[in-house]
Amino acid sequence: MVRFILKRLGFALITLWILSVIVFLLGQVLPSDPGRSILGPLAAPSAVRALDHQLGVDKPILTQYWHWISNFPGTSNQYQAPIGPILTSALGRSLKLAIFAFIIVVPLGIFGGVVSALNAGNPVDRTISVVGQTLLTVPEFVSGIVLLVVFAVALGWLPVTATAPPGSGFFTQLKYLILPVIPLVMILFGYIARMARVGTIEALDSDYARTATLKGLPRGVMIRRHVLRNSLLPTITVIATQTGYLIGGLVVVEVLFRYQGIGSLIYNAATQHDIPMLEACVLTIGVVYMLVTLFADILFSLLNPRIRLKAAE
Amino acid sequence: MSIAEIPIEDAAAIQAGRHEVGSEVFRQLVRSPTFLIGAFILLVWIICAIFGSSIAPHSPFAQNLEGINQAPSSAHLFGTDQLGRDMLSRVIVGSRDILIIAPLATLLGTVLGTVVGLVMGYFRGIVDDVLGRFVEAFLALPVVVTGVIALSTLGRSNLVLIVVIGLLFTPLIARTVRAAVLLERELDYVAAARLRGERSPYIMFVEILPNVFAPIMVEFTVRLAYAIFAILTLTFLGLGVQPPSPDWALDISANYGVVPAGYWWEVLFDALAIATLVVSITLISDSVQGAIEG
Repeated sequence: MVRFILKRLGFALITLWILSVIVFLLGQVLPSDPGRSILGPLAAPSAVRALDHQLGVDKPILTQYWHWISNFPGTSNQYQAPIGPILTSALGRSLKLAIFAFIIVVPLGIFGGVVSALNAGNPVDRTISVVGQTLLTVPEFVSGIVLLVVFAVALGWLPVTATAPPGSGFFTQLKYLILPVIPLVMILFGYIARMARVGTIEALDSDYARTATLKGLPRGVMIRRHVLRNSLLPTITVIATQTGYLIGGLVVVEVLFRYQGIGSLIYNAATQHDIPMLEACVLTIGVVYMLVTLFADILFSLLNPRIRLKAAE
Repeated sequence: MSIAEIPIEDAAAIQAGRHEVGSEVFRQLVRSPTFLIGAFILLVWIICAIFGSSIAPHSPFAQNLEGINQAPSSAHLFGTDQLGRDMLSRVIVGSRDILIIAPLATLLGTVLGTVVGLVMGYFRGIVDDVLGRFVEAFLALPVVVTGVIALSTLGRSNLVLIVVIGLLFTPLIARTVRAAVLLERELDYVAAARLRGERSPYIMFVEILPNVFAPIMVEFTVRLAYAIFAILTLTFLGLGVQPPSPDWALDISANYGVVPAGYWWEVLFDALAIATLVVSITLISDSVQGAIEG
């Protein structure tokens, strides 16, 4: 088990290192002129050169890479302030949105998938599958704008932005997050329901499910004890891999609902050519993604004795 | 009978068999209501994309500053926008850009992904491991985020959009093709080709490729839906199709700021147009998948 975790950790570190190199090289090829962009178009060329030297952007590439990594996350060009605090508070806000979305969608998606599998092939299954598949491909800004028109403008039930006034209580904050969360939930529902459906159908087809039926176990008990335990395992992994998608979704939802999370931070950094901020955000996303998938893999192997035993051999 | 004769006869039989499978898939599709509904909606949008300017009641560009933000009426069924342009005309003509860019981007990604996937699956070993790590590092970043970075750097044009989306889809498609190739390469016909002394590119592209064509087709239709998703999203963020093109996502992006003021028609019809397009592609891809995989 320890060996399995160490191996996964090793792979994650290698992938992370490759990602950091890609991000760094991307920062290098991006046509940016840090000294010029900080000092503005009217500054003297000598001043720009001096600032470039001070920033270290005229040094050899390996030195710069080392400098970047050892000073991570560095200083933002756009805000002229350390990136660390800005990034953590934005990450915290996005986390609120993401956790809210997951709390709603995980039970809903699993329920949809299991119901779909138990009705495999009949109209109930077809309906859930097609609806899930459709929700999966409607962009968040489309569902978001329809929700905005209906619930915020026409009915006036919910606020049009996602940011609650400062000092609001938990439930007020939650009320502001309802509309932004729904587009994320719609897309994640499709993925989770599909995986839960596939897993459940496989488990229903298995020999142990047949044995359980043949030895006279009531269907409900058979499904709870034998089928669900096995079918929900792969779903955990899927939920983890959706973290990557979720961050992409956050960019759109946060821009649409004007919410200061990591998504809008990336968007602003990219459009304002704030390279240090962009690099920090992208690498942070990579780290979050790796951590979550690593955590899911370990959880998966802890819950699944087959992998645990195989790893021990 | 010499060895050289067998493959030729076999090849003819296989060709005939494949042809039958193809027409069977087609027969199944035509009988499937999901496919027909999807194809019908898509056809409507394709007609709008080709003949849009003749169908539209007004020019999608004609501004009328005395009739801005007008609610839907008999003169303007979908109302007018902040510049007094007719929304119905903009929705009709708005189907054109996305229906050109998305298929081209998906095609580019499918061709590149197929080549990379064939190479990874066929050679395995070191090549596969190295490429695999890169694919994984790329997958850690959401398409939208990479797209935002690439487009804000490389400039905003439809060509850049096609190339960026195509390249972003390459590793995803490569992964699917690789999985299919791994199964195929163990089969006897590949061993036979190797014994005949065929070169690796010949085996990959002439022998294996036709046999992994079905999963590639499925992948193409699935990716097309995601390409539309990604392109519209990037356009909404201001990085895709540029003004003054009539484009659904662009119109939403330009007008969602006035929605709180009550001008809902300036975004709602565009949103519904997008929804119907992606639903039609989903219905088609769902039934193609069903027909090919049985």
